[in-house]
Amino acid sequence: MSDKINETITRIAEIIINELKLEDVTAATFNPDLDLVDEVGVDSMDLATVALVLRDEFGIRIDEDDYPKLSTVRIIAQYILDKQSSGE
Amino acid sequence: MITVSSLLDAHWYERYKTISKLNIRSSIYDVTNRCNLRCKGCFFFSSGEHQVGDEENDLALWHQFIDREMARGVNLAILIGGEPTLCLDRVEAFYKKLPTFCATNGLIKVPRDRFPELMVGISLWGDSADETILRGKDTFKISSANYQGDPNAYYLYTITPKQLGKTEAIITKIRDVGLKVHMQLLSNDEGVDGFSWQPEELVAVREEMDAMLDRYPETVISCKYYHEVITSGTMLGRRFGWMECPSVTEPLDRRQPQPKRLIGFIRWSSNLRAMHRCCTSETRDCSTCKDGAAHMSWVMVNKRAHIKTAEDLQNWIEVYEMFAKLYRFIPW
Ligand code: SF4
Ligand code: SF4
Repeated sequence: MSDKINETITRIAEIIINELKLEDVTAATFNPDLDLVDEVGVDSMDLATVALVLRDEFGIRIDEDDYPKLSTVRIIAQYILDKQSSGE
Repeated sequence: MITVSSLLDAHWYERYKTISKLNIRSSIYDVTNRCNLRCKGCFFFSSGEHQVGDEENDLALWHQFIDREMARGVNLAILIGGEPTLCLDRVEAFYKKLPTFCATNGLIKVPRDRFPELMVGISLWGDSADETILRGKDTFKISSANYQGDPNAYYLYTITPKQLGKTEAIITKIRDVGLKVHMQLLSNDEGVDGFSWQPEELVAVREEMDAMLDRYPETVISCKYYHEVITSGTMLGRRFGWMECPSVTEPLDRRQPQPKRLIGFIRWSSNLRAMHRCCTSETRDCSTCKDGAAHMSWVMVNKRAHIKTAEDLQNWIEVYEMFAKLYRFIPW
């Protein structure tokens, strides 16, 4: 399970770095517990962009109502794994 | 990677956190196609937006429409027109359900027993002489009598090139009636002689706006970065215009690449079906656009571009706070 979550964290970090064109950071150095809104400055348009890529990559749909609680990469990873295991 | 907290001290970081989660989703509604004035340079009439469709007269349909707007996530209704106060039942339909801002020329008083906390922005186009040239009458006399001391109203002062050197007299007369003021610039949509901005006038008006903010901080709701962006038409080395504008109606927005924009933003016609291109004139040349709301939204949607230096990020915070104050998401 921890391999799975770490793998998912790394892939989400890659997607966020790539989609938001973040500089001076790699998936390996991205702190998965960093608050995306308070610290990275992610806004709802950013989240919508990332959510589309995550949907295609992981085959899950992210409800817009869930955006506020998806505050870190680790929380997003857990959210995705939960959705995948519940078959949503 | 530069993080927000690495750029801000505790005081600024608190300010940032207060606004960063507000998630304001606004749209703009033409409440009516009619007005009790016909100002020269009014974008609504000059671009023929009043003829896009017959206004909807069935109040029940307005209620259903507002429910649909809320369902798609709108949490701030900005009412414009024509003159919204000609149709108070429609204004009330929004006000009962949503945080609502009503733009008005102030000639008709919004009854405060019916709309105790409705945010009201009263348009003002200069001193008595300019108002008479552009609007056919000096509206300040009437609007200031209607709204004197009202804690939920403020003036939206559209500065024209003719106002250079005269803004202080306007700001103080607004202060003297116990109201606040936000400044914006005229976009001369009908090409009235002498009312188009020249480059040196834009430099001068920025200085004047800064000076008014310094001298009357209790009266003026503004910030210097907004003055810089609106007068120069540039932000972080980028030029404002069609390909950067955040205030384009989303379902009509086919721009590629997509710029950062207001999510879900639509400007609706009063027939409740047609949509206008953007928050202002349908026919305006974007390269001359001085729309204040579009410029402040431009800053706001480009948050991450400002997470570069402490000064850039503080500038962004001040513009966001200004917007949040104007629509009362945070106190004045
Ligand atoms: S008061 Fe406003 S809507 Fe009416 S004509 Fe003047 S600018 Fe246009
Ligand atoms: S006229 Fe102004 S607000 Fe409208 S699309 Fe052009 S730049 Fe944006």
